[in-house]
Amino acid sequence: MDTAIRATGLGKRYGEHHALRGVDLEVAAGTVLGLLGPNGAGKTTTVRLLATLLEPDQGRAEVAGFDVVRQQRQVRRRIGLAGQYAAVDGLLTGRENLELLGRLLHLGRKGARARAAELLTRFELEGAAEKPAQTYSGGMRRRLDLAAALIGRPEVLFLDEPTTGLDPASRLVLWEMVREQVAQGVTVLLTTQYLEEADFLADRILVIDTGQVIAEGTPDELKRKVGEEWLEVGVSTDAALPQALAVLAPVAAAQPEVDRTGRRITVQLADGIGTIAAAAVALESAGVPVTDFALRRPSLDDVFFHLTGRGTQVGRAPEEGAQPLAQGPEGEAERDEKAEKAAPGEKAGRTENGEKAEREPVAAATARTGDEQ
Amino acid sequence: MSDIGASAGLGTALGDTAALIGRHLRHLRRTPEKIIAITLTPVTMVVVLGYLFASVVTVAGSGEYHDYVMAGVFAQVGLTCVGVAALGVATDLRTGLIDRFRSLPMGRSAVLVSHTAADLLTAAAATFAVTLAGLGVGWRIHKDAGSAVLGFVLVLAFAYVMLWLGALVGMLMRNAEAINGISALFLVVLSFLSNSFMPLSGLPAWLRAVAEWNPVSLVAAACRELWGNAPTVAGSSLPDRHPVLLAVIVVAALLAVLVPVNLRVYRTAVTR
Repeated sequence: MDTAIRATGLGKRYGEHHALRGVDLEVAAGTVLGLLGPNGAGKTTTVRLLATLLEPDQGRAEVAGFDVVRQQRQVRRRIGLAGQYAAVDGLLTGRENLELLGRLLHLGRKGARARAAELLTRFELEGAAEKPAQTYSGGMRRRLDLAAALIGRPEVLFLDEPTTGLDPASRLVLWEMVREQVAQGVTVLLTTQYLEEADFLADRILVIDTGQVIAEGTPDELKRKVGEEWLEVGVSTDAALPQALAVLAPVAAAQPEVDRTGRRITVQLADGIGTIAAAAVALESAGVPVTDFALRRPSLDDVFFHLTGRGTQVGRAPEEGAQPLAQGPEGEAERDEKAEKAAPGEKAGRTENGEKAEREPVAAATARTGDEQ
Repeated sequence: MSDIGASAGLGTALGDTAALIGRHLRHLRRTPEKIIAITLTPVTMVVVLGYLFASVVTVAGSGEYHDYVMAGVFAQVGLTCVGVAALGVATDLRTGLIDRFRSLPMGRSAVLVSHTAADLLTAAAATFAVTLAGLGVGWRIHKDAGSAVLGFVLVLAFAYVMLWLGALVGMLMRNAEAINGISALFLVVLSFLSNSFMPLSGLPAWLRAVAEWNPVSLVAAACRELWGNAPTVAGSSLPDRHPVLLAVIVVAALLAVLVPVNLRVYRTAVTR
């Protein structure tokens, strides 16, 4: 079986509200699809339809080769679901939670006990196995939740915002655990508000907004949609800005954009590596006081902004904790502020293509898009 | 949808239910305050009504007031069950546990059956405590053992029906405060619009008819009949003449309606 999840024209309506309007998606077995979108985009509805918790009003879907409406039982035998809520029973211990699910999956008493022990070890929960789950930290609860979703050795795993609200360290641990499952051949459909998470885990990304697919592709393809690499130059004085602009104009593919408060210039390059060298040489020979000179690739933040016209706050997530997608002008203003605060401290650690360089241009990109509007 | 439940063998369905009942029993063991709270209210009622009020209230044609009122207090235990089940089911919905259970290949009846079955155990404990308190204030059963047992079976059957009603309320309302409000209102209206604490002879005719057919009245009247606590001057209405038969029919009919409605709502119950 090559396609683990296939949906065509999925639609779901709640009264007048169209939660989902004709979503098509296909996930190859053993790969990860990231479903990306803001709150209310239809991510959770999609997962609920595919996990047989809801029935679609339109369209159809197959999971692991079975129809989600007509063959629910077969689908349910092959899926694991970890929802937004870390659905574990707080009064039961970690072990009891897993053993209960094992019994409900008909592994038998012995089988359930063995599988629970195995998962507790793998998810580093042995120490807390005999404590009630309500005493667990957020990260431990999510790990227990993921373990619970894996009890039946599912072929297809649905993760609905698996790391929302987690601290950075716990998120990394959880990401590694998801990757481990993928390495073992599990197909994963993951919803997230965090572009970074999709970038890290997903092979392909589906961006949805107001119940519709607005973009699809690999993370790289989506980034390419926004544009090629660009050059960012920071200068130390206001006076140097016009000077640097004059020097950079000849190598630019389009009118360079200027962020006066940050004293930065963003340049779309006419053609690749040759232009970078030319720009560097020109700046150096003109004696421009350059504080920063970096090649940036668009992040998924830029992609999302480009597609929906709404910003996100996700770029600097690992340092500041994950921020949900900002919607509306307030969030954007807040983000700009944060970006400015964050910028000076990060300068020291900049590299051309390291992780930081990937995330860092959010401020610049936002400023650019802001100028266009 | 048809393959759910139908193809789940009875054995697996029972196994699922048993596993989930185990879960609820653990809950009870870890939160004994729940059982205490459920038991304490009706026990207090027994003391207040059967001991304090008994000295000032007399029911025409009846012996002691505590003999009359006990059946009403037992029916109260049943009414309290609405809130108990509603909160339990709503909590499972809110925490996403029901989503998880629904994503498993198990029969859809197991979750609700186990909820109501485990809560019935709580109701039985409360019934037992009320019985002891009743005997303490001087209440006595004046009929044979078989008829006495039948009365208790009826009390528990009524409680079971109320648990299913509660499960439905929990799935539809979800919000704990709303559930508390509704079940308190339900408790007050249904118990005071019944013969639980006083005979209905003083009510205007139309209101009396409503109160007589209130299932709480039917169950209480039936229990009085079965325990030999009924007033000697009985009315001439249908519920007055055949309380036991009517109580059994109404309880069974309610259950026959509530269970399928519950299962239907459960199938599409949405978290949030």
